[in-house]
Amino acid sequence: MSGHPSTYEPKYAPTKWLDKRLPIIRMGADFMTYPSPRNLNYWWTFGGILTLCLMTQIITGIILAMHYVPHVDLAFESVQRIKRDVPFGWLIQPMHAVGASMFFFAVYIHMFRGLYYGSYKAPREMVWLFGCVIYLIMMATGFLGYTLPWGQMSFWGATVITGFFGAVPVVGESLQQWLLGGFAVDNPTLNRFFALHYLLPFVIAALVGLHVWAMHHAGQNNPIGIEPKSKKDTLAFHPFYTVKDAFAVGVFLLVFAFFVFYQPDALGHADNYIEADPMKTPEHIVPEWYFLPFYAILRAVPDKLMGILLMVAAIAVLFILPWLDTSKVRSMRFRPVTRRWFILFVIACFILGWCGAGNPDDIAIPFGEDKGITFLLLARVATAFYFAFFLLILPIMGMIEKPKERPESITKAVLGGAE
Amino acid sequence: MRNVFKTAIIGTLALAGVGVGGLMAANAAGGSSDYKMKHMHWHFDGWRGTYDRAAMQRGYQVYREVCASCHQLKYVAFRHLGDKGGPYYDDHYPNPNDNPYVKAFAADWTVEEVDLDTGDIIERPAIPADMFPPIYPNAAAAAASNGGAVPPDLSVMVKARTGGADYVYNVLTSYDKDDNYMNKAMGIKIAMANPLSDGLVEYADTEYTDKDGKVHIIKAPEATVDQMAKDVTEFLAWAADPKMEQRKSLGLATMLYLLILTILLWFSYKAVWRNVEH
Ligand code: HEC
Ligand code: HEM
Repeated sequence: MSGHPSTYEPKYAPTKWLDKRLPIIRMGADFMTYPSPRNLNYWWTFGGILTLCLMTQIITGIILAMHYVPHVDLAFESVQRIKRDVPFGWLIQPMHAVGASMFFFAVYIHMFRGLYYGSYKAPREMVWLFGCVIYLIMMATGFLGYTLPWGQMSFWGATVITGFFGAVPVVGESLQQWLLGGFAVDNPTLNRFFALHYLLPFVIAALVGLHVWAMHHAGQNNPIGIEPKSKKDTLAFHPFYTVKDAFAVGVFLLVFAFFVFYQPDALGHADNYIEADPMKTPEHIVPEWYFLPFYAILRAVPDKLMGILLMVAAIAVLFILPWLDTSKVRSMRFRPVTRRWFILFVIACFILGWCGAGNPDDIAIPFGEDKGITFLLLARVATAFYFAFFLLILPIMGMIEKPKERPESITKAVLGGAE
Repeated sequence: MRNVFKTAIIGTLALAGVGVGGLMAANAAGGSSDYKMKHMHWHFDGWRGTYDRAAMQRGYQVYREVCASCHQLKYVAFRHLGDKGGPYYDDHYPNPNDNPYVKAFAADWTVEEVDLDTGDIIERPAIPADMFPPIYPNAAAAAASNGGAVPPDLSVMVKARTGGADYVYNVLTSYDKDDNYMNKAMGIKIAMANPLSDGLVEYADTEYTDKDGKVHIIKAPEATVDQMAKDVTEFLAWAADPKMEQRKSLGLATMLYLLILTILLWFSYKAVWRNVEH
């Protein structure tokens, strides 16, 4: 899988035989001895955590699919049946639902990690690009999955999101009908959403393979962003990072289990326990928390088509990020000014999430009575900053910022007392 | 070491942020009247909370005698009443279909069935395996009898409203004294006339037999509106989340297991990295 010298020696006749024909054990062994920078911190454990999340979603999802019924009259009931009558359905169902939230939580940390440490820069553009595609498909999967229980939010969320396609000029209406399989969200929609929701996680799994392959080919980045120069700069993946990842997974699972067992509904919306009713629009249609920042960007402009374009741009900009950031220095540790902008960027993302949950016309930050900054205004400011960060700050800072002095090597940094 | 703490702190903050965001999203959907929701201490609150069996049994009585004239419980079967964690669970009847209470309650309802010899629709007493039957033949009939509003199914009601059990309790106890339809918790006039009034049902003592065969008697409280609202809410909370007790007890074991595992992994990590500067 990668360029480092293989140290695997098949010991037994069958393994020798296999090694000549399909060196799959060698591949696994090389994976384990893969030289990783010795200074990786806990932010680097989220890749492993994400792998676990994906496996959890696939396994729990397959079990759920054995009992779920993708029909508008039966879907809601079948989920109740799963929770009430299927052996351990009461455990599997919240694992899958909470698992989706945990997956997004982990992926956001993973992405912020990449941003902060400049992991998207040469020679890791392909790692980043595959990451972006994975994220895009994750969003599609999350959205499709949320439709399946056929609650009020499922139905109206699907109606709103597919409505975006209707805003596309000229072909919009036919495109929307083609996607829905009819004039409105209905049984054909539910059926195809189920089929696609079952399919996409396997596409993600394949892309993760490519993502990790590209990463092994380019080598891992690290907190100081200086490439390993000698053997002393690296450690074998196993046991050093397997044990560190395992500890982080333990902590992550504690949080996961807390939600599954004690707050299974905290991350969802009460309205999704009301069966879908096409005649009754809920008061507020809000997406799952992990889509809220994009929802805020969507609503930041008055025009529907513009809003959609802006939302698409918010994701598209991630794809060109490697070519927007002009700085050769990877890690923000050595970019004191950009680092501050980065922190503001993270805050802007949280603010966008907050605005996505609020009603645009409500007051977010009150000044005295009945006056203050509305969610709409706040969302506009945060949206502007979101784009400015990628399109102005990163390109310009790379040209004008004087980075701090960087250590010569990872080993020097570790032994020399730099952070 | 310093890094670990820093990471832990940042991680905790990030999680708290997500949590607060989620809660705000949930609250955004809440009602917006001047009415102040009364928060109750429920027996099932907290990480070790269980359902109050006597309250659930009285709550079932309220449901049966009052609410059931309009509201169905379509995702609940009679046998569920005798399941572990349910109102009439009894150790002596691990199969709830044999539980005499469950059998008696089921028989108290009639369900429709097709007579296989004649093809006629006939009525028979329910058995534990039946689901709670519909109250009205269809939604139009339900709406016609209730001023145009269909009484919603109550099986997942406690989960389907922001505020959960508190909300249901407040709806039942916040009717305007002078207007039988004005619900202060909801802030509007609703199609459900105040269903409860003091002394509406006659509570009997509840009893249950513990593992050692000892019979405990729980004195019947007075059937005030407040008491009936609390009891029926306790019952509906169970109906919405019948596996809560199992989930919490497995949760405790799982969390303990994970905690020990994580601590051991921490020490393994320390041991593996003992002589490695990083
Ligand atoms: C006479 C018929 C009737 C009876 C008896 C009745 N309800 Fe209702 N209930 C309704 C109707 C109709 C609605 C719909 C109200 C609306 O949407 O305006 C309703 C709505 C509700 C709601 C939902 C309120 C909301 O947030 O939308 C709850 C909870 C409820 N009932 C609980 C109960 C309970 C518990 C009882 C028994 C103590 C009960 N009801 C007895 C007819 C009834
Ligand atoms: C299904 C979701 C994903 C899985 C399972 C996954 C898995 C992994 C794994 C195992 C690693 C190596 C360990 C690590 O550095 O943490 C990694 C690295 C990386 N991932 Fe992901 N990833 C996912 C999504 C994403 C997304 C959405 C992005 C960004 C858009 C992304 C960007 C990166 C980058 C840039 C690296 C390289 C970091 C480095 O070189 O140190 N990943 N990923």
